Amino acid sequence: MEWILENLPHILELTLDHLLLSAPAVLAAFLLSLPLGRLAVRLPRLREPLVGGIGLLYAIPSLPLFIVLPLILGTSIREPLNAVVALTLFGLALMVRSAADAFGSVEEDVRLAAVAVGHSAGGRFLTVELPLAGPALLAGLRVVSVSTISLVSVSAVLGVTSLGSLFTDGFERGIVAAIVAGIVTTAALALVLDLLLVALGRVLMPWRRPVPRRSASRSAEKGAA
Amino acid sequence: MIEFRQVSKTYPDGTAAVEDFSLTVPSHTTTVLLGSSGCGKTTLLRMVNRMVEPTAGSVRIDDVDVATVRPVALRRSIGYVMQNSGLMPHRRVVEDIATVPRLNGVPRAEARRRAMELMEVVGLDPQLARRHPGQLSGGQQQRVGVARALADDPNILLMDEPFGAVDPLVRLELQRELRRLQDDLRKTIVFVTHDIDEALALGDQIVVLRPGGRTAQVGTPRELVEAPADDFVSRFLGLGEGRRKLRAAPRPGGGQVVTDDAGRPLGVLDDADGGPSADAGE
Amino acid sequence: MTPLLEALDWVLTADSWTGPGGLGVRAGEHLLYSLLAVGLSALVALPAGLLIGHTGRGRGIAVVSTGVTRALPTLGVITLVALAAGIGLTAPMVAFIVLAVPSILAGAYSGVEAVDPQIVDAARAQGMSPVQVLLGVEVPLGMRLILGGVRLATLQVVATATLAAYVGAGGLGRPLFLGLRNYDYAMMLGASIVVILLAVVLDALFALGQRLLARRPGTA
Repeated sequence: MEWILENLPHILELTLDHLLLSAPAVLAAFLLSLPLGRLAVRLPRLREPLVGGIGLLYAIPSLPLFIVLPLILGTSIREPLNAVVALTLFGLALMVRSAADAFGSVEEDVRLAAVAVGHSAGGRFLTVELPLAGPALLAGLRVVSVSTISLVSVSAVLGVTSLGSLFTDGFERGIVAAIVAGIVTTAALALVLDLLLVALGRVLMPWRRPVPRRSASRSAEKGAA
Repeated sequence: MIEFRQVSKTYPDGTAAVEDFSLTVPSHTTTVLLGSSGCGKTTLLRMVNRMVEPTAGSVRIDDVDVATVRPVALRRSIGYVMQNSGLMPHRRVVEDIATVPRLNGVPRAEARRRAMELMEVVGLDPQLARRHPGQLSGGQQQRVGVARALADDPNILLMDEPFGAVDPLVRLELQRELRRLQDDLRKTIVFVTHDIDEALALGDQIVVLRPGGRTAQVGTPRELVEAPADDFVSRFLGLGEGRRKLRAAPRPGGGQVVTDDAGRPLGVLDDADGGPSADAGE
Repeated sequence: MTPLLEALDWVLTADSWTGPGGLGVRAGEHLLYSLLAVGLSALVALPAGLLIGHTGRGRGIAVVSTGVTRALPTLGVITLVALAAGIGLTAPMVAFIVLAVPSILAGAYSGVEAVDPQIVDAARAQGMSPVQVLLGVEVPLGMRLILGGVRLATLQVVATATLAAYVGAGGLGRPLFLGLRNYDYAMMLGASIVVILLAVVLDALFALGQRLLARRPGTA
């Protein structure tokens, strides 16, 4: 506890570093997944190669990817950009599937109705499909946000500064409090961002009702209330 | 013989599916529980094989309270057919039909042999035996469901809207087949439906149910049509609005043409056997 | 591209694979850790998940635990346990299991839950006992999702097993961290490529298994 209080400014600084690595990656993954997911719905034949192919990225272990990526980017391993790109790729691996599912769940009837009303393709996407796919997109985004924030820490073993640095420093110098502070702060950051996303969803999608739980198979009479 | 003795079923949230229901189902006959959805008919059916436990009263089979029999053993001794066939999508038809004999310890080869026999009994091409249910038509699936229920030769057959999900022509065909089967097998059948025509066609005894599992009337099909107990039954059977009103007019070649209320022909009544057993109206 | 060529050269040299600290031994350790961790986790998580799916009880706890572990930084868990338990395999093993259990659990209960309730109902009505319903109907029909959970867990553990070397255990992380300390990019890169290949091949095997299962009729 004492250690934490003494090092509070340092922890806050690392939290900011952590956020600066994860937030751009989450945002980039989200924005890139929208056209890709929409494309997968538009061209069903492309869906499996696209969604499955990008999904394969998820099979790549994070630490090795941090090391391999500089080959392609020409960055150094310790550069934040390198970490952000790697995290974006992982986020994309999860988010493209969510986006494809989200747009796929917008019913064809609704889409056709929007065409019949006279929306242009762009207007239709922004005013009809995006809002309707919104809840499912948000669900995917929340998963990406939480897992990205926990993933950032790994890059600390390569010397990238983040809350993960509390783990490497704490381990090397034998300070348990540093590691505990790192775990708690990382989890708290994930939680805060998650709550922010939920709140944002409420503001942007006020019509959203909670999805009813799958009805229990116990009810004996079919169709009975 | 199956007896319902003052059974009730109240769910924890307070809704009563069945209230104080009593009925005797005579052996070797077909009793139809007839009512619209929410009347508790499925609940009553499921009390017989303990898929639902009554909150009060008891169900007895040949004077044994079913509550004293282990549910698993009880269910293996009673055939059950449900609306969407409930076939196992991962099993071949012949394996599915052999389920209960296998559960009862019949050797695999013997169970399969019986399953093949039953396929013929219910009018299925034995070549379908190696198929999976997804490769069968709705009507075929229901036949498999009936064969599976009959596989270990149970005395009792529970049928929960077994023909509700197939198209009308196939439904008529299946009803006819069930009657033919029942003439041979003489099982004690409890049959749940909301289809009045089906009830009239299959039931030896019909129980008309009001919402909340209360009995409106019990009787033979003929008794119900001849003397509906009250307005509810009369309306339910469609007697009020002339839906069952038939007219007969002499036919030039002899006999009479039977028409419905709107004058549409339904069949021909022969002078010779123009008694009450004529199948007009089917 | 010279680093890549150097790395490939290092990976493809027979000398790199042989000997007590060679890639062969390291890859073997890596696989062994992963299989051990996934196996131990499955031993607990599969029965628990199947039970949750079958009874519908404990679902809330399972969902929350999955969410919480997703937020837990693995490196934090490994270093924390390593400080408590000392250098060696204990710490990474604990972290692997913490990571693998929720994935397997979630796959198992969602697999069972995904089975059409009407089919389960029919199985009960035929007189199958709860165990027979679970093993004869729910498990085979939910197998694709159940296996999906094990697949995800394996993926996560194989990836994280690289960190075992950070706290003194073996695995393919050894040459990776060795290269990092000695500024030997070729060695780091070579080790990374081997880990990636291992992970991708394992995942492909799982994908194949799932595809074979999905071809069976009725699988959810």
